[in-house]
Amino acid sequence: MNLEYFFSLFLGGMTRGSIYALIALGYTMVYGIIKLINFAHGEIYMIGAFTALIIGGALSLTSMNPVAIFIIAAIVAIVYSAAYGYTIEKIAYKPLRNAPRLSALISAIGVSIFLQNYVLLSQTSDFLPFPNLLPEFGFLKPVENFLSTTQFLILLSTAVVMILLTILIKFTKMGKAMRATAQDQQMAQLVGINVNRVISMTFIIGSATAALGGVLITTHIGQINFYIGFIAGIKAFVAAVLGGIGSIPGAVLGSFVLGLTESFGTGYISSDYEDAFAFIILILILIFKPSGLLGRKENEKV
Amino acid sequence: MLKIEHISTYYGNIQALKDISISVSEGEIITLIGANGAGKSTTLMSLCGIVPVRSGKITFDGQDITTMTPDKIVSLGISQVPEGRRIFPLLSVKENLDMGAFLRNDKEGIKRDIEYIYTLFPRLAERRNQQGGTLSGGEQQMLAISRALMAKPRLLLLDEPSLGLAPLIVQQIFEIIKKVNEENKTTVFLVEQNANMALKIAHRGYVLETGKITMTDNADKLLSNEDVKKAYLGI
Ligand SMILES: Nc1ncnc2c1ncn2[C@@H]1O[C@H](COP(=O)(O)OP(=O)(O)O)[C@@H](O)[C@H]1O
Ligand SMILES: [Mg+2]
Repeated sequence: MNLEYFFSLFLGGMTRGSIYALIALGYTMVYGIIKLINFAHGEIYMIGAFTALIIGGALSLTSMNPVAIFIIAAIVAIVYSAAYGYTIEKIAYKPLRNAPRLSALISAIGVSIFLQNYVLLSQTSDFLPFPNLLPEFGFLKPVENFLSTTQFLILLSTAVVMILLTILIKFTKMGKAMRATAQDQQMAQLVGINVNRVISMTFIIGSATAALGGVLITTHIGQINFYIGFIAGIKAFVAAVLGGIGSIPGAVLGSFVLGLTESFGTGYISSDYEDAFAFIILILILIFKPSGLLGRKENEKV
Repeated sequence: MLKIEHISTYYGNIQALKDISISVSEGEIITLIGANGAGKSTTLMSLCGIVPVRSGKITFDGQDITTMTPDKIVSLGISQVPEGRRIFPLLSVKENLDMGAFLRNDKEGIKRDIEYIYTLFPRLAERRNQQGGTLSGGEQQMLAISRALMAKPRLLLLDEPSLGLAPLIVQQIFEIIKKVNEENKTTVFLVEQNANMALKIAHRGYVLETGKITMTDNADKLLSNEDVKKAYLGI
């Protein structure tokens, strides 16, 4: 067995898993609080990628430092996408909060289709190139055969996001309010929690991490089109279901399992099936453990 | 302090409350008794802004709270211990108490009050890091009352705090309610099916039957009323 090949597949899988995790967090947090599968979530990731591409492209015509351009593009993309997520919830989901769950789900699919077509019409259906802004990190030289600069950046950023999010949810007042709201929304209101604010916050955080994923993948792959949110969104959704939807550690675990399966699967079996692994996993999990790896049974939830 | 005037509440087309009026003065313990399904919980949920009121008016210290959001109502000093206790099952005992103090910002005061709760209920102190959902029914009820007290309410609403608990624990809970009323001067609005216990600690009582108030009087008068005896005291 070729060890270097194995390692490159492993790190490739961790990289994919990181991106899935950044998106899956939003699915699982929103589901945890309002029991909605936010099908428009993949589109937030796509909008994050496009925003970074537009800002990065425009600024690279100036004489600004490329790393500064990247950072500015990333921040603008994250803020802009978070505003999108916030607005979508207010317009498309909040009015349906007391309607049957199917109504909000259909609304989410509608938003998803709308955003894809909006970007398709306002941009183009072609793949657009992302300018190369980041220098090679010198200290990665010894391992450059299986870990690139952008991969390293993806792994590092994801780790930082996970740590910050854990601190937020475990220790801050807002984090406790989010958990309380997920467990019993009415009781949360009875202790004085403004549930609308908690829900908005959830959309903002989930959208921001998805946008970060979008920015990172754009730099890594170097090109994007309007459709990337659909595929990545579905895969991150599978990862969230695999881990147990509603569970944050579950979404992270599910994402890495899916990323590694895809990477090793395409590396050792066949790259023809790249997108099939996710669906095989989804079917297996629905048959053998519908509550997911770390999920709680529905009746234990409340 | 609290005035509920002619309120009606509906679930869809079904009317749960029919023209209800209740008033509570500062420092009182009043009780609302009635059979299962009479509309007792609906009364408290309407008052807290969880279930919308279709007509009528609710004022607290003269301020109209009929259409206020629940978090605003809590901020005025109204806390509820809901039916079934509704402990946040995956939060620890300590975190449940923190949530009770959600609208407070005096860190030192919150810390002091949590310590006070722990001396009041040593069982909760022992289990402070345990998940709320793993407590026994009696411990959960003490936690639910403590959580409500953490908000330093001026009006404490309790929905069937004796439900499903052993007699000895019920005794204990009623003693605490009395103590809170006497020592902290907290006004208490107690909803009960256990009419006998409730009327013994309350100053005044209201009787609710299928969404209507059918009787109101001083608690001792209700205790000796023949109709009440027959319907609610099992005598
Ligand atoms: N969420 C709800 N949806 C529809 N009907 C309800 C709901 N909650 C209570 N009801 C109905 O309203 C009436 C009063 O219920 P409730 O206030 O819970 O009574 P109590 O607390 O006195 O037992 C009952 O007929 C009950 O079936
Ligand atoms: Mg009830």
